[in-house]
Amino acid sequence: MNKIIRYVFADLLKNRTIVIYTLLLFTLSISIFNMESSSEKGLVSLMNIILFVVPLVSIIFSSIYLYNSAEFINLLVSQPLQRQKIWCSLFIGLASAMCISFLLGVGIPTLLFEASLSGLTLIGSGLFLSIIFVSVAMLISVWIRDKSKGIGLAILLWLYFALLFDALVLFFLFQFSDYPIENAMVAISMLNPIDICRIFMLLQVDLSAMMGYTGAIFRDFFGTGTGMAITAIIMALWAIIPVALSIRYFKKKDL
Amino acid sequence: MCLLVSSGMTYAATITVGKDRPIQSINKAIQMAQDGDSILVEAGYYDEGNIRVDKKLAIIGINKPVIDGKKKTEPFSIRSPYVLIQGFVIKSSGHSAMNDIAGVKIYNTHHVTVKDNVLEDNFFGIYAQNSKHCQFINNKLQAYGKAEQLIGNGIHGWKSDSLTIQGNIIKGHRDGIYLEFVTHTQVENNLSDSNLRYGLHFMFSHDNSYIHNTFRANGAGVAVMYTNRVTMKHNVFEENWGDAAYGLLLKDISDSEITNNRFDRNTTAIFMEGSNRCHLEHNEFMGNGWALKVQASCMDNTFFHNNFFQNTFDVATNGSLSLNTFKKNYWDKYEGYDIDRDGVGDIPYRPVSLFSMLVERYPTAMILFRSFMVTLFDRTERLIPSLTPESLKDDQPLMKSVKV
Repeated sequence: MNKIIRYVFADLLKNRTIVIYTLLLFTLSISIFNMESSSEKGLVSLMNIILFVVPLVSIIFSSIYLYNSAEFINLLVSQPLQRQKIWCSLFIGLASAMCISFLLGVGIPTLLFEASLSGLTLIGSGLFLSIIFVSVAMLISVWIRDKSKGIGLAILLWLYFALLFDALVLFFLFQFSDYPIENAMVAISMLNPIDICRIFMLLQVDLSAMMGYTGAIFRDFFGTGTGMAITAIIMALWAIIPVALSIRYFKKKDL
Repeated sequence: MCLLVSSGMTYAATITVGKDRPIQSINKAIQMAQDGDSILVEAGYYDEGNIRVDKKLAIIGINKPVIDGKKKTEPFSIRSPYVLIQGFVIKSSGHSAMNDIAGVKIYNTHHVTVKDNVLEDNFFGIYAQNSKHCQFINNKLQAYGKAEQLIGNGIHGWKSDSLTIQGNIIKGHRDGIYLEFVTHTQVENNLSDSNLRYGLHFMFSHDNSYIHNTFRANGAGVAVMYTNRVTMKHNVFEENWGDAAYGLLLKDISDSEITNNRFDRNTTAIFMEGSNRCHLEHNEFMGNGWALKVQASCMDNTFFHNNFFQNTFDVATNGSLSLNTFKKNYWDKYEGYDIDRDGVGDIPYRPVSLFSMLVERYPTAMILFRSFMVTLFDRTERLIPSLTPESLKDDQPLMKSVKV
């Protein structure tokens, strides 16, 4: 298993897209921190970009990579190896490559310019998002055999999480604004890992506004130890469930 | 007034009260004293019940003697003009739902000075009722109120005139400083911190000025109401957090000057309702949730040369009409340009974002803040304003912050 992980990881580090992705993140972070008047403000701009770019690259790159290595996977399957181990190694290799390029691209500049709690929250969110969207890509690529359909679904899912979900939440909020929906809103936000990360960042950078009435409800949940633990568990579930499903599917799949 | 007392002292007798002196009780000393005498109280613990001062006396504590009301009585009741109370620790006044019992209460008189005292765990701290020309200087007031209805105000003025409230530190009371029907009063250099309700609260108190005070982390910030001609300068409003908390709430305040104040990390820095002809200049708004909430009921207010840094929302309002003037402010969110290099941006700045209007109506929408969807809405609205008030804009936004 270690061998496969090492091979996938080495293969990814040589991959041009990963290198470009790392460089892009790095230049973006450095230039944002230099451009904005205060590093706190830089963090906010960086957050907007990360919540957008990291899921996009993670999900699309991973699914393309998996489709392209279909033959390699076939070869591995023909060897006396457990299918579960093959699939797990692919996941670990992909996730660690994405995490490392995120750490190099965003982690280092953030630690240099704003090594505060909000900076660390940003780095943590980015790492979580990388893993979660790799995990979702694993599920897509095992479900759908056709490459173009699979990549199409990956883009659609990204659109859903990054854009449509918020629009739906907004719609829900308008429809039910007469009811006490604050707790429901917290529950709904758990359905989107990007939203969870965003709210965590809000509690750092827009603390004053979040101390208002509804903000206080979110704060009571996200700011407390139990809330943090629940959120961490949910984020972990977001990373584990898709990949676990994909393993189950992969075990039985005809290749 | 101090002069009057001290010049009186040279002719008058001085009575010393102490544990190893012939006179051991302050009440007894007051009975013996004539108008204009001084009473010096040596350090120690005095369980006197209620001390009623009805002569023109200077009562001065040496090394902080302790006057204990034992949660039953009012330590000092002052009913004579020209009284000085200085250098005591006054603690544990009675509590009552019927009467306003205070550590030092001044009844219907004038020229009373309360100076350099420590007031601890009293119901009300210093209370001036129908009095004129009183001075409350450098006192430290601390209470340990748990609920608003169970604790009184730190410095309370009712129907008084020309008070001077200076250099006091007030913590843990209901309102730090409360003034009702109090006119021509100076409130300077006080610190009002962690009070249960308002740091400063006044109503119907015209022509007062508030200078160099700090209002910090009070339950609901500072609320001032139904008053004309207020001057607020060089005050600091900070860390007033919570939905009902305002750095400064202006309700029906007219013809007032609010200048050179600093608003730091409040949920809402200034909330204005029914306020007219106020002039806000050289204020600094830093890291607030909402820097300004100007309700549509406000008219003819001018916002000039203020700095807005890192506020979540710069301005929010609840109507589509705005009759206030914003001019030459510095907004850190301004994205315009300055081609002619005169330091003034060439395109107007619209401080009200669509999302802030939305949050005003649906507070829960705050959960969507900074999502890509919302940013998209805001951008579109900024290009083609439709829901935000067309007239609320700064036509001459500054490119660089103002020195304050």
